[in-house]
Amino acid sequence: MTEPVNKMPIGAGIKPALTSLLYQLADDDFILAYRGSEWLGLAPHIEEDVAFSSISQDTMGHAAMFYQLLEDLGEGTVDSLAHARKAAERRNAVLLEAVNGPGHYLSTAQYDWAFAVARNYFYIQSKKIRLDSLKNSSYQPLAEVALKVNMELYYHLLHWKTWFIQLMKAGGEARTRMESAIGKVLADFEGVITLGPLAKDMAEHGLIEPEEVLKQRWLLIMKPVFESINLAVSEADLAMKNGNGRIGEHTADLDAALATLSEVYNINPAASW
Amino acid sequence: MLIKTALEALHNVMDPEIDTISIVDLGMLEHIEVEGNSVMVKLLPTFIGCPALDIIRKNVEIEIDKAGIFEKIEVRFIYHPPWTSDRVTETGRLKLKEFGIAPPPKLISETGEWHVDCPFCGSTYTTMENLFGPTACRSILYCKSCRNPFEAMKPVSTMM
Repeated sequence: MTEPVNKMPIGAGIKPALTSLLYQLADDDFILAYRGSEWLGLAPHIEEDVAFSSISQDTMGHAAMFYQLLEDLGEGTVDSLAHARKAAERRNAVLLEAVNGPGHYLSTAQYDWAFAVARNYFYIQSKKIRLDSLKNSSYQPLAEVALKVNMELYYHLLHWKTWFIQLMKAGGEARTRMESAIGKVLADFEGVITLGPLAKDMAEHGLIEPEEVLKQRWLLIMKPVFESINLAVSEADLAMKNGNGRIGEHTADLDAALATLSEVYNINPAASW
Repeated sequence: MLIKTALEALHNVMDPEIDTISIVDLGMLEHIEVEGNSVMVKLLPTFIGCPALDIIRKNVEIEIDKAGIFEKIEVRFIYHPPWTSDRVTETGRLKLKEFGIAPPPKLISETGEWHVDCPFCGSTYTTMENLFGPTACRSILYCKSCRNPFEAMKPVSTMM
């Protein structure tokens, strides 16, 4: 569907780091866009329903672009990369696969809006930092995609940041629930920040800046926001409680999500979307 | 000559959701190339996840095919250069207004804030209802002068 970009020769030494990075970028967006889509019809008010589904649609578009870059590198077709890979082959952060809350979106959903706000805001800010860095990637097709994705992120970030600050400043139950959600998000946020076992190679080949630089940048940007709402967050709060998705460690939540989202594909892989 | 025919055909391809504006006036056309009986059209998607892309591709093929002179018609979506809202032509801006959609604002402040006037009465007394609208490229606003809700095309720039 898109312009083939595989004309660019890449050294054999770069490919493992490059594909590893692309799988992380694609899988992160893919699963979070799916979790976002489960909120459709359940968001706190109708404007939010419109906004969140629009953001999720954009995010799924971003995932498709990253899968396309993988397809161009001979990793398989976009659809098979999105649908046919088992949980153990996925490289998304565990935080992004976690269910929205108890229940099922078709009947008994008791989703946690505080968790949605904290997870999306923290993730989008980290994605923004990552993509700003990717604009200077040594792999030109990725740098071009980053420039395009980045323009849409501006609106996503504005949206989640507004929710985050407003709920944190609201006090009462909102504040209590937000603090508990933030704790849950931070407990697995190291899993979002990390670029996996090949992080060093990625930096050495100029694909993206070093993981530690990106992490410090995230902390620096979040600091004034946290201060403005009287929230104490330190680097030590960032952990990887439920596993490292970058090496294929995942929870049962991902298995369940994959079974649902790939149902049609598994019935007929040639079905047109 | 052939290229002119193909280009004219593209002016008949309307945005599937805003049927007053062509993809050319939306600024989606990046490149058109004719070689013998083949034509290749390169288009820039406005928003990446836009579900209208496949429809647009099909409509481009149908419109160019109407000329009956091209044996091979290829449509490609490319991402570089990225589409930005300042690619919408002056005609496009008028056509958007005709449809009831405010054209994307040309001026965006350093803080990223922007403002649009009401496409119906021209009043500047408008408020933002929802940054996100019925499609990825639109926002929902309200005019306090003529009391109409309206939509605006989002500004998109590489500076953001």
